[in-house]
Parts: sequence; structure tokens; C-alpha cells
Amino acid sequence: MSDLLKNSNLSLYTADKIVSDTLHDCDDGELYIEDTKFETVTLDDNKIKSSEYSIDSGYGFRAITDDVIAYSHSNEISEESLKKSSENLKSTLKSKKGTYNSEIKKTNQKFYNDIDPIETKSLNAKIELLNLMNEYSRSKDQSVKQVSASFLGEKKNVEILRLGGELLKDSRPLVRINISMMVEKNGRKETAVYGVGGRQSYDEYLKDGSWKKLCDEAFRIATTNLKSKPSPAGEMKVVLGPGWPAILIHEAIGHGLEGDFNRKKTSVFHNLVGRRVASEGVTIIDDGTIDNRRGSLNIDDEGTPTEKTVLIEKGILKNFMQDRLNARLMNTKSTGNGRRENYKHIVLPRMRNTIMLNGTHTQEEMINSVTKGIFAVSFGGGQVDITSGKFVFNCTEAYEIVNGKIGAPLKGATLIGDGPSSLKEVLMVGNDMMLDPGIGTCGKSGQGVPVGVGQPSLLIDNMTVGGTQL
Amino acid sequence: MIKEKDYLNNIAEQCLSKSNKLGSTDASVMVMHSVSEDVSVRNRKLDGSTRSENLGITLTTYIGKKKSTISSSDLNTKNLDGLINRCVESTKITPEDDLNSLADKELYFKGDKDLDLYDETVLENKKKIEYINEAEEEAFSRKDIVNTNGSGFSQNKSNFILANSSGFSDGYKTSHFTAYCEVVSKNNGSMERDYEYSSKRFFNDILKPKQLGSKAAELALKKLNPKKIKSEKLNIIFDKRIAKGFLSSFSSAISSSAFAKGTTFLKDKLNKKIFGDKINIQDKADIKKANGSRYFDVEGVKTNPLDLVKDGALNDLLIDTYNGKKIKKKSNGRANGSSNLYFLNGDLSFEELLNSNKKLLYITETIGRGSNIITGDFSVGASGLMVENGEFSYPVSEITIAGNLNNIYKNISLANDLEFNYSTNSPTMLVEGMIVGGK
Repeated sequence: MSDLLKNSNLSLYTADKIVSDTLHDCDDGELYIEDTKFETVTLDDNKIKSSEYSIDSGYGFRAITDDVIAYSHSNEISEESLKKSSENLKSTLKSKKGTYNSEIKKTNQKFYNDIDPIETKSLNAKIELLNLMNEYSRSKDQSVKQVSASFLGEKKNVEILRLGGELLKDSRPLVRINISMMVEKNGRKETAVYGVGGRQSYDEYLKDGSWKKLCDEAFRIATTNLKSKPSPAGEMKVVLGPGWPAILIHEAIGHGLEGDFNRKKTSVFHNLVGRRVASEGVTIIDDGTIDNRRGSLNIDDEGTPTEKTVLIEKGILKNFMQDRLNARLMNTKSTGNGRRENYKHIVLPRMRNTIMLNGTHTQEEMINSVTKGIFAVSFGGGQVDITSGKFVFNCTEAYEIVNGKIGAPLKGATLIGDGPSSLKEVLMVGNDMMLDPGIGTCGKSGQGVPVGVGQPSLLIDNMTVGGTQL
Repeated sequence: MIKEKDYLNNIAEQCLSKSNKLGSTDASVMVMHSVSEDVSVRNRKLDGSTRSENLGITLTTYIGKKKSTISSSDLNTKNLDGLINRCVESTKITPEDDLNSLADKELYFKGDKDLDLYDETVLENKKKIEYINEAEEEAFSRKDIVNTNGSGFSQNKSNFILANSSGFSDGYKTSHFTAYCEVVSKNNGSMERDYEYSSKRFFNDILKPKQLGSKAAELALKKLNPKKIKSEKLNIIFDKRIAKGFLSSFSSAISSSAFAKGTTFLKDKLNKKIFGDKINIQDKADIKKANGSRYFDVEGVKTNPLDLVKDGALNDLLIDTYNGKKIKKKSNGRANGSSNLYFLNGDLSFEELLNSNKKLLYITETIGRGSNIITGDFSVGASGLMVENGEFSYPVSEITIAGNLNNIYKNISLANDLEFNYSTNSPTMLVEGMIVGGK
């Protein structure tokens, strides 16, 4: 029984017929149907700016033979529209003949509940809480000049119809609560952003006054930055804090281990499986199976159950992250990493929750061992060039380390490094593994998908810091 | 096929009349339809084709000074009625904001639409594939070009209607043709990638395949076997495609919303010098066929040309209705930001720029977010070429460049090689005295 076709003139029976007719000579493909409800409620400059609500539903029809993908999507879910798409796919692949493998692993695994976070809290209650967050933040100190807070909620239902009539379903809640603050003192301005989220109701992140902690954290970072001094430029030792700084792992290593770049041999890692790519103490996994996490999925967007994939074990490269297409062309199995932003996009191998596991050192040991370096606690965002391996990220909270002690906060430093070499320069892996607060969105080929990261504190021997002080 | 005006109008009318019946005092609706057909090619072989069709609405309803917005791609009548109802109900419980309103009627766009923003040309996928194959063929004819990251061609056409309850109703078709080629070079264990792309409203205006392929190849080859340089203060030349990035952060920093909230480093700089005397920036929406051209913004307000920076002084801002009221200025049709934003030409030739100092760094790519528009701090990862005595000497990578936009703006000199390839455009740019972080 399809839930997503019920408001259209397209029956599951007809959809199945069109799918069979289109895909029987192909190697792979599916009809992906999606229905997403999304809301944002924003408070900005002391006012509820507006409440916004959107509904987007549509289908993406995909046919693949060899390495050629034909894709057609539309937000008009109807028999006519699907037939038109079918013609389009058939014409692209007309000169090819493939063999469809209908088998797909089944699962009953559930890492989040089927709730609609938009409806489980009234708009009034959301507005009331945003006002409280605003008042509380502004009452903390006179230096708080601007506060912006928002609730973002989403409910996405997906159905995947494969050749042979198999209909796979998932129902995915997602929320995020953000606060940003601008403080001004003695003519100097600084800002901070903080947020939490995951695949649960808003209240799970707000209960028992925990919303105050969000405001407190944003205030703490902004105020710290008011005291920051210009960052040094040049190579030095870097201590990364636990949790969110793992976007270093995501950028430096994660993207380079996605199946497509390795099948196409454009990743610096494509010929390094079985080889040492990181220090002995480094083990990295990509895990889609952690309860309620932003990057978790019951099944990926091709219907493959997600799993915990070991990418690097004790420094040795073990596996790439695969979707069905790249797995088939590389003679391996999908790892449940096939994802798409929505029905308008093709599937690509993408990360879920990418995590470095615990080592044995304490953060204190790391700091104590550094004569001159920086301690990076939080980042704004990062980017990588897969082919050259170079990556950057921008610090939003960082401190200098002088003679084994944490010193003054530093202003807007950028770190730049080389993916394949940076993890070989990991000197110590901490014992304080933390997951990020649930705010990450990863961009690739114009598609954004929610992801998670996690890591313990890390000491890296040598990275280039981009600052203004020589 | 792109939906015609009557079809979109009909939906817009329905939304407005239904909102009115349900108690909204004002309403504004945008109905959009777009069709795009893309192909991608790898190693001169078809990699994929995608056809996208999107029809959607965005409706904002007002009850007095209360406001709420919905958008949807599900336009069957039953669902649409439910959504409009939801929008009006949300409006009722959203708190009042005195500044909420539709735009001033007298600012609405009226007049002829003669900017040539739509090309009727329809290219069969076969033609697109040939185009891109030829580009890749050209790139692969160069020694050391060993792979592609994928190249492609996309044809996009769209039509829209914007209508509101104070009588504005207008819309028009636009088209975009985009070709890109991204290749990988390899030599002595060094692997680099680079790309060239061309996106225009008219098919005949995009770069020819051979130019596309040879430019991508040339750029990827130039980057091979880079060196890391030591940290030092240097004069930096930004290639046009990087230099235009300074305009993007500039446009965020001069938006009326940033000014109203005080969240921009330029907050107190209106009518003051922020650049050197020779720098001029314009935003001009009425350039024929240009990528950023438009008649009006999402509020229906005519997008008049603006001299944003005149002889180095900040002369105007990008203003929408709501934030305009906060800073006591009228909207200038920039509710969706700048249109064709560009630095006017400087008085130096490209060669003069290269010879302006014995040692310069020429930046061809930056990675990372870069600009903090509240503090003006600027810091990015970069790669490029070292220039010694006016000649390109060797590629440089894994460095950072940093500064503060307040200082950077004062130290900009521009070449006289402006071209209108994108919606923001800059001549080649020299910035004196930036801090390079390296070894």
C-alpha cells in the first residue's frame, strides 16, 4: 500500500507497470516518491519575523545501465507525468541493455520514531519560547545587541518502488533549534551561533530549561570573542576539541572516501585501500544507525538499510562509502550511503554520522605538550578539494597555546591542511569522544543533506593557520 | 513546455481570492514554473541525463500587521485550499509587526519588457552531448590531462507570475544555458583539478566548446606540482572569477537588513569613503541579456540602476520594503539582493598589474567561507601562481590569505578588463599588503 500516491490519479499498480516497462532492460533504478513538510519560525530583532510553512511532494524516476544515469523528476505525481518521464529515460538508454537485480536487503531497524515534529508543538508554543529565548539572552548583559532564534522542523516521507514491486518506506522527522547573538562592547562587535537538533520532537531538546543552555553557550562564545586577538599565520601544532571539530574528519578524509570519487579515480585515496592513511591510533567509522541523530537513516534513499561502516581502522584504509551504482561498478556492496537532498536530485554516496573513535589521551596532556600552537574548539564550516586533497575550515572559537597553557582567544583563524597527510600527523587521540550537537549540513554537487560528526580531542603535529600576525 | 502566463495567472488569482475570503487583508503570491534538461558527460561518454520540472507557489498573507508565508509544490485544488487556510490561520496567531506591509504602490514596475531575457532555442540532448564531448575532446588533447570530474550542459527555462492584492500582476519568461567542463591533470604524482564554465541567457552567447575545454585544461595544468610558500606579507592579484567574490560579501554588508540590525562592518559608513578614490561599483538591472537582469524584485518594486560606490564612497544600499522602513528609506527593488553587480574598470592594464611589484601572488582559487560581514574579517584557503618580475613562475597551494575588509577595500586597484560573464563581475584585482599563511 502506498501512502504517497493516494492523493494522485496514479495507482500503485500502474506505477509498478510503468516501472517494469522502463527498468526491465536496465541494471538498476527505482521510482522514488517523496512528501516533505517543512516549517521555520524565526525571531529576529525582537520580533517574530514570520512563520513559514511549505509542502513539497514529487517523484524522481531513475534508470541506470552501466555507468549511465537517466533521471527525470517532477512535482506533478500523475500517470501522464510518469509516462512522460519513462519515455525520457528510455530514450537516453535506448542503445544499452542491462540486467536488473531485484534483491535488496530487508530491515526492520528503526533509529527514530514516526512523529511529525511540526504538529507535536503548537505554533503559539513555539512563538512563546522564541520570545523567552530572546528576553533571557538580552537580560544576560547589556552588551547583547542582537538576538535571532529559530525553529526548523521537517517531516519527510519517502517510498521507493523497485522493479519487481518491492515498495520500501521510511518516515523521517528532523528538527533544529538555532540561536545567534551579536554582542558589542567598546565599539567592538562579535557574534556567535549555537544550535541543537536531531530526529526527535523539539521538546526533547528544550525540556527542563535546556533552552537556556543554548542561549548561555551562544553568549559565552560571543563574549569570549570580544576579548580575542588577531590570529598568528604559519605552521604550528593544533589541538582540536571534541565533538563538532570533527568536521575536520568529514572534510579531510570523509569526502575523499565516497565511492563516486574513487570509482572515477579523482580522489587522492582511490588506490590506497589496505594502506596506512592515518596514525596508528586513528579509527574512523561512518554510522547511520545511532538513535535520533541528524545523520541517521533507517534506509538510505535507494532503500538499502544503513549500517556502521568502518572506513579507517588503526590507521589503515578499509572501506569506501557506497551507493548502489558505485558499488556495482566497483564489484562491492552498497554500504547504505546512497543519499539525495530530495526527489529533485540524483543519488550520490554521502556521509551519515562520521566519527573518530576514542584513544587513550587526555585533552590536558595534549595542551601541556604544546609550546606554541592553537586550541580550536569550534568551527563555522569547511570545504575540501577532493582531487588535490586540500581542505580548510574556519574557527569560530579558538585560543592560543603558549608553553603548555591555554592563552588568549584568537580572532577568525582559518586552518588549511592536506587530507591524506593530516591524519598521519595525529600525535594523540583523546579519550573524550563527543558527538556534535546536531547541526551539520553537508553540501556536495549542489545538494545539502543532514549529517553528524563526532571525535575525541586530537593533537595534530602540523597545520597551517591563516591569520594576520606574522 | 513552459507554462504560459494565463495558466500561472489563474492559480495566482485563485490564491488571492481564497485568502481574501478567509479573512486576509492583504496577500501576495508568486507562481513559478521551470523545466530544465541537463546532460553530463565523463571521458567523452554520456554519464547521465536529468529532466526537471517544477511548479510551485509561495503565498504570503497579511491580517493587518500580522504576516505568514507558505509555499507548496502540490497544486491540486483540494490541497491548495487546505494550505491557504493554514496560512491564514497561522497569520492570525503570528504577533503583529508594525512594519509589515506590501510594497508602496507607486514603486511598482510598469512599462515595457525589452531586456531579452528569454531564448526560445531548444537543444536536443544529442546536441548538448556533442557540445560537451567536443569540450572534453579539446581538454584531453593536452598532455597530462588524464581524467575528468564530469562535464555537462544544462538548459533551463522558467516563467513566473507575481501578483498581490493591491493590483500588481506581472511576470516573464527567462532562460539559462550553462556548459561546464572540469578536468584532472596529473604529473609526477601531483593531481589537480580545475574547471571552466559559461552560463548565459542565450545559447549563442555561451563559450564555444573548444574554448571551454582548453581553458579548463590550461587551468588544471598550471596548478601541477605546487609549492607551499612561507608566511609573509604580499601584494595579491585576484583572478576575475575570485575577485567577484568580494562583491558578494559587499552586497550582504550593504543590505538594508544588515544596516537595520547593525550587523555589518559598514554600518556607519553611508556617504563615507570605504574604497580608494578610483573605485566605483554599480548595480544595474537593465542590461540586455545579462544574467542578473530583471524588471522588478519579489515585491514588484522596479529595480532601478544604482551607483553603490562612487569615487570610493558608499553612496547607496540594497533596500527592501520592510527593512527600508526601519532605516527610513524607500525600497529600491532589492528585496532579492543585487542584480548585475560590478566594479567599473580601473585604469591599469592586466600586464601593468602583473608588473606592479617584483613579487606577487596571483590567486586562481579560494576555498572556505572567507568573509565575516559583521567584523569585516577575511580569511580563506587559497591556491594560485607566483608572479616574479611580471612573469608567472610556479604554482602555489595550501596557503591562507587573511586581512580585514576595511583595509582590503582601501588597497584595491583594478585592471581595465571587465567582462559580463556572471551576475557579479569584476576586473582583475590587485590588493596590496595581505597576510599569506604558509610554512
